[in-house]
Amino acid sequence: MSKLLAIVPAYNEADAIASTVADLRKNAPGWDVVVVDDGSTDATTKVATDAGAEVLRMPFNLGIGGAVQSGYLYARENDYDYAVQVDGDGQHDAAQIDDLLHHLIAHRGDVNMVTGSRFLTGDEEHGYRSSGARRLGIKIFGFILSRVTGRPVTDPTSGFRMCDRRAIELFANDYPHDYPEVEAVLMVHAHRLASAEIPVTMRERQGGVSSINASRSVFYMIKVLLAIFVGLLRARPVVEPGEPAAVSAQRGV
Amino acid sequence: MQTRLQIISVIVSGGLFLFVFELVRRKRLLERYALLWMFAAAVLLGLSVWSNLLNQVSTAVGVRYGPAALFAVALGFVVMLMLHFSLVISRLTDQNKILAQRVALLERRLSRAIGDEPEGDAESSEDLTASSSPR
Repeated sequence: MSKLLAIVPAYNEADAIASTVADLRKNAPGWDVVVVDDGSTDATTKVATDAGAEVLRMPFNLGIGGAVQSGYLYARENDYDYAVQVDGDGQHDAAQIDDLLHHLIAHRGDVNMVTGSRFLTGDEEHGYRSSGARRLGIKIFGFILSRVTGRPVTDPTSGFRMCDRRAIELFANDYPHDYPEVEAVLMVHAHRLASAEIPVTMRERQGGVSSINASRSVFYMIKVLLAIFVGLLRARPVVEPGEPAAVSAQRGV
Repeated sequence: MQTRLQIISVIVSGGLFLFVFELVRRKRLLERYALLWMFAAAVLLGLSVWSNLLNQVSTAVGVRYGPAALFAVALGFVVMLMLHFSLVISRLTDQNKILAQRVALLERRLSRAIGDEPEGDAESSEDLTASSSPR
């Protein structure tokens, strides 16, 4: 039996965290739940604890990257086989966690990280809606990452993703700051692990505020673009002995 | 360079040097961060005292007006110092993050070891002894 961990980053999500945890316990019963309270000023920790989750409380706000990485550190420390990220705001549907796990197990060894994509359903009507600027950003990142990794990446900003042991180890050691989703796909590729996507449907957020608002999105785009290109040149910050050379050594990457 | 300007720039750069030195002496500024400041102040002091040197520098870089070269050198140091601080801040941010993560993991492990629930409200977060005392 594999050890399974759901990592739920939450910052001031007292309104939504209880139903998120309840959803996980009901629809993903085999999964342990750790809520990473990223220095919330509201009752997130108490609500999550009462809902039956383990809580890791950051002493101050680290940002989504640092918070999620704490979850991966926890997964590594407690020897979990698979870890899935689930947003604390209730956007992600716990019932779909099994789909992610099945994909990872079916492609064991070939795929190390699987992402739930909102844009693979082929159903624009019921698909995820967001502002035009944000959609454009997602398209641009998706295009770049698809070219770089050689696999289709349709939803690079999705935080609904599951990792196997190799990817847990990688993210526990090194995880991008600030807005990590896009860069994490690149990191996985740079470390010669593989990522894949499967279709999921996401709900509207249940409460709280998105970490990315309109005024920040331009900064976000530029910052992530910089990170992508720097990341391409860096490609592989830590090479482990006995493993193949950096991806950046390859032609056409 | 005009004598009055020369006097002022000698006083300012000399004062800066002494002030940085004093901060280090009082342990309010670490030596490793003070070195760049003291180097900058020393160079500016040297250029102010020996105006011949300043004239040579300004001719070499194509600045006609000597004092302008002084400003250019000072500006160069400001840019260097700011970049230096960005490096320091980046490193501190990273170390800070690692520290926070380890604290959170250790706190979790500690409260599990003593069979205590994590406290719910943010106010009591800093007081570990309070949360570990028997209720």
